[in-house]
Amino acid sequence: MAVRIIPRLEIKGPNLVKGIRFEGLRVLGKPEAFARHYYEAGADELIYIDAVASLYGRNSLLDIVERTAAETFVPLTVGGGLRTLDDIRAVLRAGADKVAINTAAVQSPELIRDASRKFGSSTIVANIEVIHHGNGRFEAYTDFGRESSGVDACDWALRVAELGAGEILLVSIDRDGTGNGYDLELTRKIAEAVPVPVIAGGGAGSKEHVGQVIRDGGADAVSVASLIHYNLIKTLPMDDEAFDGEGNTEFLRKGGGNKKLADCGIRELKAFLAASAISVREAA
Amino acid sequence: MMVTQSPKIAIVDYGLGNLYSIARACEFVGLSAEVSSDAAVLGKADAVLLPGVGAFADAMSALQKLDLVSVLKETAYSGKPLFGICLGLQLLMSESHEFGVHEGLDLIEGTVERLPENEPDLLHGHGRKMKVPQVGWQPIDEASPGSWSQTPLSETGLGTYQYFVHSYYVKPTDLDVVTAVSQFGETEFCAAIYKDNIFACQFHPERSGPAGLAIYKNLANRLSEGGFPQ
Repeated sequence: MAVRIIPRLEIKGPNLVKGIRFEGLRVLGKPEAFARHYYEAGADELIYIDAVASLYGRNSLLDIVERTAAETFVPLTVGGGLRTLDDIRAVLRAGADKVAINTAAVQSPELIRDASRKFGSSTIVANIEVIHHGNGRFEAYTDFGRESSGVDACDWALRVAELGAGEILLVSIDRDGTGNGYDLELTRKIAEAVPVPVIAGGGAGSKEHVGQVIRDGGADAVSVASLIHYNLIKTLPMDDEAFDGEGNTEFLRKGGGNKKLADCGIRELKAFLAASAISVREAA
Repeated sequence: MMVTQSPKIAIVDYGLGNLYSIARACEFVGLSAEVSSDAAVLGKADAVLLPGVGAFADAMSALQKLDLVSVLKETAYSGKPLFGICLGLQLLMSESHEFGVHEGLDLIEGTVERLPENEPDLLHGHGRKMKVPQVGWQPIDEASPGSWSQTPLSETGLGTYQYFVHSYYVKPTDLDVVTAVSQFGETEFCAAIYKDNIFACQFHPERSGPAGLAIYKNLANRLSEGGFPQ
């Protein structure tokens, strides 16, 4: 089976944002425009995570989901602040195919069970955000990396699979946005332990990192963010509607980027993986 | 004066499945899509699409509760185009072996079986086994030379990737209805069937990018031309 390459777009209000270790979120542009560019370049799925929904309302998220679903035809997973079956239903009605649940599930694990019974396991993605404390100690965090839960990430991964989650989105908080590469130890530990597919996220700084987390980390799928966002920014003309977001895009207009990233586009990434004998879906 | 109207497709709403993405894909290719659980709406449409995500037994009992079983069977017998997607394909079979034995719509003779255990994961190697559910993109191929030339896959290239999410697959008794196959580890399984006015696939063309939309476009063209050749 082809490895899935999944852009992860973090959203704050109407904007696509990206930070480092979930902090210092920079505005990059309009999420739906980035999503469309990625879809056209051969993204196998899309993930939207609302970075602040745990704290504020989410009406604008539903609008963004609706606009995205009308023009992209690959699976769309939406997460961030979903707490109830009604929240999940609202996001699915707006056009999401799957939902990613973290905080509310850690607080009441039966949400995963109830939601997978109600909407089908394949609709429910457990979003596990992890800090590596060293010595093989991996702790799950909630509330977009702000709250420690005391829960061991591997135990939690086994539990959510048992409760009915159809997939696990596994994100390393301490690698996120750094470009230092995926946490291979974390990914391998969980991908080999759980019976459901694991999407590895957090840390991709080069094409090689993506190949590593598939080969050495055993990831079933990979999520990528900074690696492709900063590449798309460089390749789009400044008047592209992608940059028509609200807020401070000053940083972008000055040509800013993350110097640690050997950024690349999705086509280039897939071509690299294919050349490394990793099966990918050819972009149309 | 002739008035051109877009063909009407009714998407069966029985509380399960990604109805919205299917409706959007239908509209994208110029069909007029209506999501409905009303037998009268299904009866009037030019074509009926049975979607579905979730458990077989739950789906059958939902169809029974909504009193939709007979209208689906009538659709199939009347020659009106009937499409099935994912669980919607499985429901067409005689019976399923998902958590016990459950009777299906029995429009296609055969069974629904769980994907085999212990299939080698060829991507990761190191003795790793394939995970169930199978989630992701898989190439589909002809079941036999020319098996899809007369079907809604007629313009789909061999080896085209489509998006699958499933733990079960169908095993029709009559292999002639199998139009497309795909792989799970080293096991080949039925990815799509075609019989008279019925076309159904295990994958999700509405989530399979341009290659999937092309299948919807093919369906739309056939409906505009008055249905399937019998």
